[in-house]
Amino acid sequence: MSASDTQGGSRRGPAFPKWLRQVLLTLGSIAITMLGLLFVTFIIGRVMPLDPVLAIVGERASKETYEAVYQQLGLDKPLIVQFGYYLWDVLHGNFGESLLNARPVAEDIRRVFPATLELATLGTLIGIVLGVPLGVVAAVRRGSWIDQIARVVALVGYSMPIFWLGLVGLLIFYGILGWVGGPGRVGIFYVDVVPRVTGMILIDSALDGNWAVFKDALSHIVLPASLLGYYSLAYISRMTRSFMLEQLSAEYITTARVKGMSERAVIWNHAFRNIAVQLITVIALSYANLLEGSVLTEIIFSWPGIGSYITTALLSADMNAVLGGTVVVGLVFVLLNVFSDLLYRFFDPRAQ
Amino acid sequence: MTATTNNMRDWLLSDTPTSRRHARVASTYQAWLAFRSNTLAMFGLSILIFLLLVAAAAPLLAPHSPFTQDLANRLAPLGTDGHVLGTDSLGRDILSRLIFGSRITLYIVTLVALIAPLAGLLMGTVAGYAGGWIDLVLMRITDIFLAFPRLVLALAFVAALGAGIENAVLAISLTAWPPYARIARAETLTIRNTDFISAVRLQGAGPLRIITRHIWPLCISSLIVRVTLDMAGIILAAAGLGFLGLGAQPPSPEWGAMISEGRRFILDHWWVATMPGLAIFTVSLAFNLLGDGLRDVLDPKDEK
Repeated sequence: MSASDTQGGSRRGPAFPKWLRQVLLTLGSIAITMLGLLFVTFIIGRVMPLDPVLAIVGERASKETYEAVYQQLGLDKPLIVQFGYYLWDVLHGNFGESLLNARPVAEDIRRVFPATLELATLGTLIGIVLGVPLGVVAAVRRGSWIDQIARVVALVGYSMPIFWLGLVGLLIFYGILGWVGGPGRVGIFYVDVVPRVTGMILIDSALDGNWAVFKDALSHIVLPASLLGYYSLAYISRMTRSFMLEQLSAEYITTARVKGMSERAVIWNHAFRNIAVQLITVIALSYANLLEGSVLTEIIFSWPGIGSYITTALLSADMNAVLGGTVVVGLVFVLLNVFSDLLYRFFDPRAQ
Repeated sequence: MTATTNNMRDWLLSDTPTSRRHARVASTYQAWLAFRSNTLAMFGLSILIFLLLVAAAAPLLAPHSPFTQDLANRLAPLGTDGHVLGTDSLGRDILSRLIFGSRITLYIVTLVALIAPLAGLLMGTVAGYAGGWIDLVLMRITDIFLAFPRLVLALAFVAALGAGIENAVLAISLTAWPPYARIARAETLTIRNTDFISAVRLQGAGPLRIITRHIWPLCISSLIVRVTLDMAGIILAAAGLGFLGLGAQPPSPEWGAMISEGRRFILDHWWVATMPGLAIFTVSLAFNLLGDGLRDVLDPKDEK
């Protein structure tokens, strides 16, 4: 990684310092954003009406025990020092212990996160596979019936409460038609059958060669993933359409057409190639949104991911778990944002 | 009569306004004409006007009280006598609850639509007008909030503040203001260096007067468009919080909370959860249609 970076840098010659400066600036902005996020979660944790000491020692603890825990938690120190402790802990991957099961929150998150990742990834894939072609065709045949359909699909996607669509989907495809598996990741007979490697059940069962589990898991994930995929599709197709329209009205497209180039080549080799970078940025953003959008979906489908984890913790006032989950989702969100921004800046010459 | 109408129309469509008020009225009228020709946007507007009327006349329209329980008549299906949309698990009339729920939805949306853009406007114009390190700090804060996952952050806020409508409004506003600050700042940067601002400044106007009297009015139209487009998102976020049990508390007939209540019976008594969902969908669709239309009228440069 670092070797290829230096090579790339030296080939650029005089541009290297500028490139390095960009990287440093980006790293700095990630650091500041993360610091801001941690500060906000820290403040949220402090303004909680619940007493964290009472939560640990219980109502009937003696005054001495209370004082000891109070000091152990560092609550007697100034706020800024407490924030320092908090930063130190988070940087070491320590989000404290869950008040519910007394396990480290970080461990819990590591356990549930792959489930969310699996769902959001599959959703994004569906969104790309269907959304990009739909957007391109809608732009090329602007005003046609397919453009109208694309418009309605997007409009409905922007207006529909995701948790409601999930419920209706369950009702129709599981309750009435019986085409898909119900809530949860696998049927009750397949729980914990395959050894856990990545935590993503489709991959784990495929690695294990246990196709019965794979099929069952697939039947369970297809509905929530399609649901998320629909929202991703609404966004991606809309953006693809507007990027394509911009390109198609450019003069170089007219030139290519005048040269006698086939329409297919004009669209895919010229126009589409020019929107590729913008499109990847959009996809990265949509992926980040799905990770978050999966919160409500996970609850509907009893999907044991980070969304379910945060909400369960929330309802039982397990603040360490809530804040730990928020920080992790925030971190992924920030990184994906930065990633899409970087892609855009480095690969699109127009942005430089 | 016809003559006066025609005169009135000519006066409104005139290209050469005779006074400042004339120009303002005429441009509003012409924008309205452009807007009126957009069927979908008009459709959205009529849904919203209908919603406003329903909310205003809720006690007159609702066939039952939204809170009266009737356990003998629980989970009655659609079209039952006296309960057109059926009843929920406590025998409460779903239609009446939907009608009263429109008040809660409007209440939440209105509050957020006032708080978030105002906060953003304040941040953005001050940052844009002051420039320098004030701009740097304010925009850094904006970026930080912009980089957050909105729903998860709202969840954490509500968790800390406690569940309830007011806290839900606060949490949604806290996560919704950054885009407005961005827009307001961008507008301010272009307005700041214009000749008329220099002229006002030469006349001795201070920063406060320039920002409130000369910059704010010019930022309003782009903010309104953005707010209208965001309304759907606000409704969905509020419904989401309600669904999670963090927004309006039972027995309040909030639509999201109603879906959550009906969720347990979805397979056998589908209408309990489905009806409030349709209501949410209709209203946020209306806001999206209206927002698209407004954008075309007020902000023609964005038209794609």
